[in-house]
Order: sequence, then C-alpha cells, then structure tokens
Amino acid sequence: MNEISLRAEEIFRIGSWPVTNALLLAIVSLLVLLSLGLIIKRKINLVPGKIQSIFELLLEQILKFMDSVLGDRRLSEKYLPLIATIFLFIMTSNWLGLFPFVGPVGLNLEHNGKHSFVPIFRAPASDLNFTIALAIISLISINLLGIFAIGFKNHFSKFFNAHKPFPVISFVGLLEFLSEFVKIVSFSFRLFGNVFAGEVLLLIVGFLVPYLVPLPFLFLEVFVGFIQAFIFSMLTLVFVAMAIKHETH
Amino acid sequence: MDPEAMKLLAIAIVMGLGTICPAIAIGLIGSKGADAIGRNPEAAPKVQTAMILAIAFAEAIAIYALVVSLILKFV
Repeated sequence: MNEISLRAEEIFRIGSWPVTNALLLAIVSLLVLLSLGLIIKRKINLVPGKIQSIFELLLEQILKFMDSVLGDRRLSEKYLPLIATIFLFIMTSNWLGLFPFVGPVGLNLEHNGKHSFVPIFRAPASDLNFTIALAIISLISINLLGIFAIGFKNHFSKFFNAHKPFPVISFVGLLEFLSEFVKIVSFSFRLFGNVFAGEVLLLIVGFLVPYLVPLPFLFLEVFVGFIQAFIFSMLTLVFVAMAIKHETH
Repeated sequence: MDPEAMKLLAIAIVMGLGTICPAIAIGLIGSKGADAIGRNPEAAPKVQTAMILAIAFAEAIAIYALVVSLILKFV
C-alpha cells in the first residue's frame, strides 16, 4: 500500500524552487485546457461541429446559471471569464487526478539517505497550497470587482463607518473584515478536504478489494470533483454579486 | 494511557463527534427535498440542484473533521 502523505512530494528543484507532483499535474491540466481552447478556436464555425456544440451548450448552461444569480445577461457575460475559469480549472484538475496513471506511476527518489517511492502526478487540489492560492485569487478578485463596480469608498464602507468625521472601524465592520479571512479558510479547506479524502478513500478501497468494488467510489469521486468545482465557482459568483451591489441606506 | 493510544482515541472521537451534526443536516435536507418534490414534482430539477448544493455544504463540515483526523493520523 502506498504511503499516504498530507503534503505534495517534491520531484525536483529548479534552483531553490521545489517542483512538486501536484504542481506537475496542475501544469498538465492547464495544458489540456489550453490545447482544447486552441483546437476549438481553430475549428470555430458558424455551423457548430461536435466539440463546438458541446462547449456552446456548456457555456450556455453556465451563463443561464449566472443569470439566475446576477439577474442580468450583461453582468453575466462580464463576470463569465473569472467564474468559468475557476470552474473549468478545478474540474479538469480534479478529473485528471482520478486517472489511473496518477497514483502508481512514480520514481524512487533518495531523500536524506532514505529511498522512497514518489508518484510523479498527484491531484492538485489534494495539496493545500493549490487550494489556498485559488481561494486568495478569488477573494482578491471579489474585492477588486467590488471596487471597480461601485467605487472605492462605497466598497469599503462595509468595513468602516464613513459617516463619522473620520473613518472608524465599527463592530460590524470588524466582523466583515474577519469574515474575509474566514472565507479563505473555508474555501480552501472545503476543496482540499474533499479531494484529499477522495484520494485516501480510493486508495483504501483499492487496497481492500482491487476489482469492481472501487467502481462506485470512482463514480462518486467524479461527481464530487464536479460538485466541488461548481461550489467553488458558485460561491465566488455569489460573493461577487454581493460585492457589486451598492446598498443605499 | 500512552500517547499513541491517546492519539488513536482522539482520531476516533474527532470522526465520531464531527460527523453527527452533518449527518443530521443531510438527513433534514434530504427529507425536506423529498417533501418539496412530492408537493411540486415539476420543480424537481431546481429542488435537486439546491438540495445537492446544501448537502455539499453540510458535508464540508464532516470533511473538516476528516481533515483534522487525517492530520492527526499521518503527520
């Protein structure tokens, strides 16, 4: 049975910068998305082909869903790049992490005089660095989009009480400020926990009964990968929708 | 009690207590969802989407407990 390690293992270093196996699979999923995009861009047609119709359907579904939250097609199209990028990236990386070449293919590396087996690929979201980075990106873009949509002063008026002669941080403002950091924690731990737990579950089930029995669990993990990507992007969307709304008191 | 046994006990307690509330939550969500679909079968797709979302949120709490116990076990 493979050793379960909570942190992504290091494969090699570029200078003093460690390249982990989770990072490698994240790069692979970026390449997959990039090549898909290039293929579709080259074959784009007024009469859609097979791949193009699938992606047009997907795009239409995402836009329709965003409409139900934002209530305006113009706004949905404006924020589509952020939301759809988060959704597609997390979903591809989760699904790539389920492929059979991810766990067992690896190298025997020597580390501190100790030989150990290190898989070359690992689901990116089972590394906390990946999910925290995504959470910070989504938090920064929520705040930036809020500032661009309703102005610096209006956006930060939820943290500071601007009606006084000088801005004072209020109790509610303090709570709002804290909740921004809590968002990072809940965003990142939700995704990390789900994907990492899935990896451990698949490993243990595969160890107990190697044939047929892991199938329903694999299906569950495909579903969880989709649902978690959906939740991550939908929560970002909901927070963006809250940030760009100007509240008039 | 030696530290190793205490650690295993802690893992078991974290998992056991941490999954009680999410289990209740998922049960409630499922029962309300089935209720809603029974009352209004045309709204089934919408109810199902909301139901699965809410279940995923409730499940996240159990996942936090799982992460804590995995950290206890493997770090």
